[in-house]
Order: sequence, then C-alpha cells, then structure tokens
Amino acid sequence: MSTLLTWLVEPLQQEFMVRALLVSMLVSCVCGLLSCYMTLKGWALMGDAVSHAVMPGVVIAYALNLPFAVGAFVFGVGSVALIGYIKQMTRIKEDTVIGLVFTGFFALGLTLISKVRSSIDLSHILFGNVLGISSSDILQTVLISLLVLTVLVVLRKDLLLFCFDPTHARSIGLHTGVLHYLLLSMLSLAAVAGLQTVGIILVVAMLVTPGATAYLLTDRFDRMVWLSILSAVLSSVAGIYWSYWMDASTAGCIVMVQTLLFLLCFLLAPRHGLLAQRRRSPRASRFPSA
Amino acid sequence: MPSGQPLHHDNGRISVRHLCVDYHGVVAVHDASLHLDAGSICALVGMNGAGKSTLFKALMGFVRPSAGSIAINGLPLSQARRARAVAYVPQTESVDWNFPVNVHEVVMMGRYGAMNLLRIPRPLDREAVQEALERVDLWPLRHRQIGALSGGQRKRAFLARALAQGASVMLLDEPFNGVDIRTEKLMIELFEQFRREGRTLMIATHDLSHVTGFCDQVVLINKTVLAYGETASVFTSENLALTFGGLRLEASPAAATDPDPQTP
Repeated sequence: MSTLLTWLVEPLQQEFMVRALLVSMLVSCVCGLLSCYMTLKGWALMGDAVSHAVMPGVVIAYALNLPFAVGAFVFGVGSVALIGYIKQMTRIKEDTVIGLVFTGFFALGLTLISKVRSSIDLSHILFGNVLGISSSDILQTVLISLLVLTVLVVLRKDLLLFCFDPTHARSIGLHTGVLHYLLLSMLSLAAVAGLQTVGIILVVAMLVTPGATAYLLTDRFDRMVWLSILSAVLSSVAGIYWSYWMDASTAGCIVMVQTLLFLLCFLLAPRHGLLAQRRRSPRASRFPSA
Repeated sequence: MPSGQPLHHDNGRISVRHLCVDYHGVVAVHDASLHLDAGSICALVGMNGAGKSTLFKALMGFVRPSAGSIAINGLPLSQARRARAVAYVPQTESVDWNFPVNVHEVVMMGRYGAMNLLRIPRPLDREAVQEALERVDLWPLRHRQIGALSGGQRKRAFLARALAQGASVMLLDEPFNGVDIRTEKLMIELFEQFRREGRTLMIATHDLSHVTGFCDQVVLINKTVLAYGETASVFTSENLALTFGGLRLEASPAAATDPDPQTP
C-alpha cells in the first residue's frame, strides 16, 4: 500500500511533473470532447492532416517570436481551406487531396526548421515536450483549451445534428457551412493544444482514440462524451506516470495507454465488444460485418 | 420579373414558376413550373438524373435558382424556410444507423430551429415531440437507439421528426425503398392522414404503381416539368414516354421507350 502511495506521490514533488499532469489533463478534456465529433463525422484523416499541416506555422511563429498558436492556427485552417478548394476545383478524390496537402505542408515545415536556425528543437515539435513546457506555452494552451471547450459545449447539439444529418440541419435553417468550418477550426486549435503534450505525429491519437473507445461503450452521445473525456484524462495521467518511472517517451506512453484502453474495450465492451458479439452469435461474429 | 416585390403568387402550398437551376453552367432543371394545393399527395416521377433531387434542393433553398421563383404557402422561399415550413425525409440508406442517438433525440432535432441557441427543449417542444411520436406509434420505443429499430419503425421515426417540425410541406425521398408490404400500408395510411390535415407531401419515386394508388397529384420531370396535375389526367402513357424516353414524341415516337420494363 505504502509503496503504491510513494509511487503516486513522489513524482508530484517535482514541479515539472505537476505542470505536465495539469496541462495534459486539460488538453485531454478538449481532445476527448472533440474526438467524439471526429469519430462520428469520420474526420480522422482530416485530424491527421491538420495536425501535420500546422508545423510550418509553428516554426514561423517561433522564428518571428509570435505566439506559436497563431502560426499553427493560420496554417491549420489554411490547409483545410486549401483541401476544400482543390477538391472543389478538380476531380481528385478527397483522401488524395488530404494526403497531398498535409505532406506538402509538413515538408515545408521540415525545410524551414532546417534552414531557420533558432531555439526550436525539432523533436519537441514532432514528439511533444510536456515535461519541459514553458509558462508562456502553458498560458497559450489554457486559453486555447478554454476557447475550444466553450464553443463545443455551447454548440454541441448543433454540431451533433450537423454530424448526423446535415441536410436536415440545413433545411431547418442551421448554417451548416459555418458549422463545418467552425468544427475544422476547433480541430486546428485542439491539434495545437495537443501538440504540446504528444507532438505533431501522435496528436491524431488524442483526436481519435478516446472518441472511438467511448463509441464502443455506449449508444448515447452524452455518455460517449464523458467516457471519451474520462479515457483521455486517464490515459494522460497514467501515461505520464508510466513515462516517469520507466524513463520512456511521454508521448509514446500516453498514446500507448490510450491504445491499450481501446483494445480493452474492443475485446470487453458490453455490447459492441468482440466477446459480447461472439456470445450473441458465435459463428457470425468471426467475420463481423460493417 | 415585373417588380422587386416578394412573389405572392397565389395561396397554393407549393408554387414554382419558370425555375432554372444550373451547376457551373450545366443545366439541371430548365424552366420548370408547377403548382400544388394544400392537402395533396404528389408523386415526383422521373429517371435518375432527371432533376428530382435538384428540385428538392431548390424547394429547401439549398441551390440558388438562376431564374424563376418558388413560393411556399404564398410566401417567398426564404420566409417559408424561416417558418420551417419544409421538412425533408431522407432515404433510409443515407442515414448512419449506428449514430449514438435515440428516437426521442432524433425527433427533437425537428424542433431545433425553433429553440434558443443552446437547443434546450421547452415544454412546448417536448409536447410536440411526444405528440409526433404517439402518432407514429413510437412513443414506447423513444429510448431506443435508432439502429435498434426495425425498417418500418426507422421510416416512422423520420416522419415523426417532420411532424414535430410542424412542416406543412414534406419532401420524401424514395420512402418505399426496401419496405415490406405491411410497413408500406402503414406509411400510406399516415400519408393520407397528413393530407387530411392539409399538409402537402411530395414523394420522389421510381415505382409507378404507387402513383395511381394514393397520389392525387403527379409531377413528371425530365430536366423540366413535363406535366403536373391530377393523376388521372397527367399519368398517361404519352406523358410517361416523354418522362422516361427523354425524347420528344413528335421528334421520334418510336424511340420513346415504354416505362413498362419488358424490354431487356
């Protein structure tokens, strides 16, 4: 018992650990909530694209001494707009356009970072640096998180309807175009916040995995939101502890825990889990239908 | 148009005048006119690509006509939309049935336009939803996730949403696709009730057998409205040849195919 307590308390004597835990928990709330919409809307690839596309923005912002969030937001939303524009103007399919645009932006970011000599550490952008997060970065992350949380909470029902049945939403006078770009803007901002914790490469996990995990557990959206936030926060805390004691990559540990939670639900979820399905129809579940 | 005045054509339920819609220069609907009275069930018949969904989109205000005008309940479309007069009932195939919402929530979505920004239901909204659900016999199943409903119940859930919305015009996209005979009978009974209440239903369909069964009006469409009006007078083999042949009879009567699918 006492060893468990030491195990839990000892890291908290380090200020950087407390800060990392608090920042990650806040970011997890934001990403957990948003990931419900990403899962239901089928925007995982979009999340991946936006999170990679913010890279040049982050580099430019650091080089010009601007808040990194501003640069990231401009490039995040810019990439989304560009994806939409190219898709509309050509006959190329959306997934191709997404792949094309985000790798282009990411390449631009890599090139910039290698030419613009500054204090930026590439690995911190790619893999996050939550243990060494600076006070100004914390402030930005908190502001972004509060903004995204407010928008998502106020518009949660409209966004849900937009994900479920955009035609009906539009026919009763909701501005679906505004909702579309608003959700994408929130995605850009959440990616920027998540980038602080797990970095550009893994932030898509923060934006997808908690929602997918929760989706296996419930058929009610309200519960899905809470379960998603819970699993995201739990993963962050457990992941940070794990990385502390194992001296392993924080981002890696957080996403590992998330993935393990998902696998657990995939197997054991009461109705949509593999075992439950198999119990219901032993033969049919061997090749589960979509 | 003679003046910039709002177009109060007449007191018909749906009034479309000389409507043209094109997408990036490709004409989807050209010079289409039709008029439907309150309390009618109208079949919208045409081939794929004939402009059925474009007409629906125009009636919902999703596409900007390049010419012509639409009035609903004697009001310009924008005003009618603000009053949520037009409801769209989607094809069952286009709905994500795994979506984590229950029947009550789906029907409540019909009320969103009338609620405040946070979409918190008022007693009035709850009553409207309950009434709609009771009318389609789904009140006892209101807590079910939508995917747990049978095919017929799914259809009725979306009809209840249109009812809860308080729409006087309902646009139904292929409502009988994949429906068994029993459900079909139930739905037709509901449609006839809606008609008696003075609502106007427009049903996009391929299936010509429905048209003579319970639709009192028909609109035949092939890039334009070829004919509209009482089923008995419009639903003639000549008109159908026009609709499905896509050729003018006087140009080449022999080439106009019969709608009866006997030819291979």
